[in-house]
Amino acid sequence: MHSPFPHKILNQQFWLTADRTLFWEQEKALVVSDLHFGKTGHFRKSGIAVPQSVYKEDLQRLVAQIQHFQPEQLIIVGDMFHSDANKELELFLKWRSDFPNLQIQLIRGNHDILNEEWYEKAGIYLSLPTFTMNRFHFVHDITDLPGAGLSPAASTKTGVSYFFSGHIHPGIRIQGAGRQSLCFPCFYFGKQYAVLPAFSRFTGVALIDPDDEDQVFAIVKNAVMRLQ
Amino acid sequence: MSLQHSRGYQVVLAWFESKGLTPFVFQEETWQHIVQGHSGLVNAPTGCGKTFAVFLGSVINFINENPQEYKTRSGNRLQLLWITPLRALAKDIGRAMTEVVEELGLKWKIGIRNGDTEITEREKQKRQMPEVLIITPESLHLLLAQKNYPEIFKKLRTLAVDEWHELLGSKRGVQVELAVSRIAHLMETYHPASEKTFPLSVWGISATIGNLDQAQEVLLSPLLSKIHHPPVIVKALIDKRIDIESVLPEEIEKYPWAGHLGIKLVHKVIPIIEKSRTTLIFINTRGMSERWYQEILNVAPHLAGAVALHHGSIDRELRLWVEEALHSGKLKAVVCTASLDLGVDFRPVETVIQVGSPKGVARFLQRAGRSGHQPGEQSKIYFLPTHSLELVEAAALKTAMGLNFIESRDPMMLCFDVLIQYLGTLAIGEGFYPDPLFEEIASTYCFRDITENEWNQILHFITEGGEALQQYDEFRKVEVISGLYKINGRRVAMRHRLHIGTIVSDAMMKVKFMSGGFIGVIEEYFISRLKPGDVFTLAGRNLEFVMIKEMTAIVKKSTARKAIVPSWNGGRMPLSANLGLMLRKKFNEAWLVAEGKMVPDVELRALKPLFELQQQLSHIPKEDELLIEQIETADGFHLFVYPFEGRLVHEAMAALLAFRISRITPITFSFAMNDYGFELLSDQPIPVDDSNVYELFSVNELSLDIQRSVNGAEMARRKFRDIAVIGGLIFQGYPGEHKKTRHLQSSAGLLFNVFSEYDPHNLLLRQAHHEVMEQQMEEGRLRNMLERVGKSRIVIVFPQRLTPFCFPLKVDSMREDLSSEKLEDRVKKMQQQLSKG
Repeated sequence: MHSPFPHKILNQQFWLTADRTLFWEQEKALVVSDLHFGKTGHFRKSGIAVPQSVYKEDLQRLVAQIQHFQPEQLIIVGDMFHSDANKELELFLKWRSDFPNLQIQLIRGNHDILNEEWYEKAGIYLSLPTFTMNRFHFVHDITDLPGAGLSPAASTKTGVSYFFSGHIHPGIRIQGAGRQSLCFPCFYFGKQYAVLPAFSRFTGVALIDPDDEDQVFAIVKNAVMRLQ
Repeated sequence: MSLQHSRGYQVVLAWFESKGLTPFVFQEETWQHIVQGHSGLVNAPTGCGKTFAVFLGSVINFINENPQEYKTRSGNRLQLLWITPLRALAKDIGRAMTEVVEELGLKWKIGIRNGDTEITEREKQKRQMPEVLIITPESLHLLLAQKNYPEIFKKLRTLAVDEWHELLGSKRGVQVELAVSRIAHLMETYHPASEKTFPLSVWGISATIGNLDQAQEVLLSPLLSKIHHPPVIVKALIDKRIDIESVLPEEIEKYPWAGHLGIKLVHKVIPIIEKSRTTLIFINTRGMSERWYQEILNVAPHLAGAVALHHGSIDRELRLWVEEALHSGKLKAVVCTASLDLGVDFRPVETVIQVGSPKGVARFLQRAGRSGHQPGEQSKIYFLPTHSLELVEAAALKTAMGLNFIESRDPMMLCFDVLIQYLGTLAIGEGFYPDPLFEEIASTYCFRDITENEWNQILHFITEGGEALQQYDEFRKVEVISGLYKINGRRVAMRHRLHIGTIVSDAMMKVKFMSGGFIGVIEEYFISRLKPGDVFTLAGRNLEFVMIKEMTAIVKKSTARKAIVPSWNGGRMPLSANLGLMLRKKFNEAWLVAEGKMVPDVELRALKPLFELQQQLSHIPKEDELLIEQIETADGFHLFVYPFEGRLVHEAMAALLAFRISRITPITFSFAMNDYGFELLSDQPIPVDDSNVYELFSVNELSLDIQRSVNGAEMARRKFRDIAVIGGLIFQGYPGEHKKTRHLQSSAGLLFNVFSEYDPHNLLLRQAHHEVMEQQMEEGRLRNMLERVGKSRIVIVFPQRLTPFCFPLKVDSMREDLSSEKLEDRVKKMQQQLSKG
């Protein structure tokens, strides 16, 4: 694994990884977004033959991250599961039983449509629309929160609290001379909120258009690179 | 049986005589063959009665078999299946056939079946098939997806494939090959092999192409083991006169810029429209056709109501109306795209205007043939350049047509995506047993080289879904029940049916008014770049984009004066090899003219100022020369190369050259190409000079280098889009379906990444790479080009500023990247450059 990239917000230490996770050192929490577990299974059940190894490797990557950081809790900023329950989720449940002490906190995303008992059985705590911990709020889609960090009428003042979100699968395009251009998944950090990259490799990206004062970290193969 | 003595012939001849006509020799010849049960290919220009050659043959057959009661027998089941590539053709041909049938007093019904056919009509056909069914390849495959479909073909005697030259060389052509193999095999089960003649005649109808023999072989390949008489080719020896005239701009712009000049010449088009009865104006892209339509009305408002627009994205009702109005001569002009390319017989059309390069001799001929449709009349076509250099093409086209130098159409080979779709189709209907089907499929030209291993992989793909996590998998598509391969899932079947039509279309999105009116369809790619409030044109209207809702773009009327014109991906044909060769000859002439050694044709004379500037700044390449220009601008270091081989070959050549240069030094290029040449652009000097240039263009290790450079350039990614759609990997959604179908959507780019990384041996992925080699790169053509370059002189010049040749490349072009630098280094470098700026 490439060494993670350090980043500080409100005096808290975060580590960004090229495996599309974020580790919160003080709280020993691993934060991820948009895992879309069960997506390949959902496609395959409908006769669309995407290789299932994407899912397998996504799970393995998550295990590797957990083993590396040894978090006490896993915060998932929505879209943990892609759709209805299918057999692929059984593999997840088996995996879950290997980490009985890991607390999993899921902020329900638009894809998380399983019934509540299911989550309960899987040992996943649900929250909607936000989850808050030590001045940090977690929300799936930042635009679901009117006024939260988006408009001047923000209920939270800069420097007092901060939001983490997911949902859009952010990507950044950079251009250079010779009309070259490249596109990467990225971490986005605005003044009041961050958008995390989608964890699943079976996801595309939506290009973002950051302001000058925002910070963007691109995931370039196995490394995290600060772009601005 | 002798044709002349047959009842059917006499009836048909009497009908001809009643109209004061006599059959053409090629028509009689075709009838003779059909009466004898032969199969073959009819080669005739459009507007010369090729429809009647095959259709009346089938009528004669029927009368001969029912000499006494041919006028009273009805409900004869399907006798003639008529496959046509375009919906627009079906109506027209159906009308002509109905007329004949009525006048002959036959009780035949003529039916049409395509995406436009109403459900009630389909139901009627299901209860009783008409004697003649005019159908598109997609709709024919949909028929094969019905239960009991073999019943439909039980009495079939003739299968005609109209405009076969158009279908050949496309995946829809492969659909036709597969359908022919299926129907031919069904015939065998209905009629014992002991019968003297095979009961089905299959006929292709084709305009002149360079490889007629092969065209015939491709279509009839599944029959070869079944028929006793070798297939024939019937040629119509009708010489149609074509008059070509270039529309010359008053002033030649020395820096040509694609698309720019065309519209400026609109005032020259008005008098042409006014002096002929009806004019078809062919525009290469749908986007430009919208602009032309607007511009004609701006310049000549009095033509409002007499000018119409016709292209594939326009609502079908509107298209039908335009076609109807064309027939009745109500329109003075129609601005159209390839949507009106094929043999529609619009008699009022006297004149054709081709705007921009037709890219090939055959296409130009075909379009010219749209005018002067009556036998004996001459065709009149104007060539209107969209940039001044295109005038050279006009001159080249004239020469090529004089020499009858017409392109070949290469058939597609081993299209696994189409095969996968076809297997799904059969699995929905009756289901299939793999062993006999394998034989049938291997009898087609497309799959003649399929190996058993490939076949098994395909079966595995549709039943097991390729790579899977055994116990955690629920893949469900084709199921095997006691040896029969069948799709039982209702949803899977429904999605598959919706997919059958996707071979032609890109990912399209419907466009509707907020109030509900349907306007047309447009590429999703275009819509995805719009922001709410943006104004664009479609079907000649200015529309403001409001939002996307359930796979539909919602718009409202706009009064804005400026609108974005959609750039459609379709219609971007590359220049043909034949036309490329002619072009090089013309440039050679241009050089001779510049040297005062030759009297120019009218086009070259008009271009004199441009050539003088080119000669002064750089060089005009002779026939045996390859010109390379190296220029430095604020954008960086440019290398322009002009092989005149067409955009696709240039794309491949650019990737190859970039790859070879990048082995000399770490360097990153973006490249651009058009039909005349290509450009490599870098942020550092490009190390190409006399010492290494011949080596860079060498044929050595070509295949290997192409493969390496293809990987770098990821051309396969673009190819994969179509393949993934046809192969059923991309679900495009349909209206009225509940929310969860959205959970099945993914982009081709994403799937390409996933397959490349997690299932690199996937058949469809390999096909994408293969298609890149075969079609995109046109490896054969690339090799020929390099061999030619190897024998010619390479001229490298260093102009101080942009030249007339390079300008179109610099200004508008498609771009690709190839890099030998480490990705991370590139990012750093770009950043540095950005901060410098």
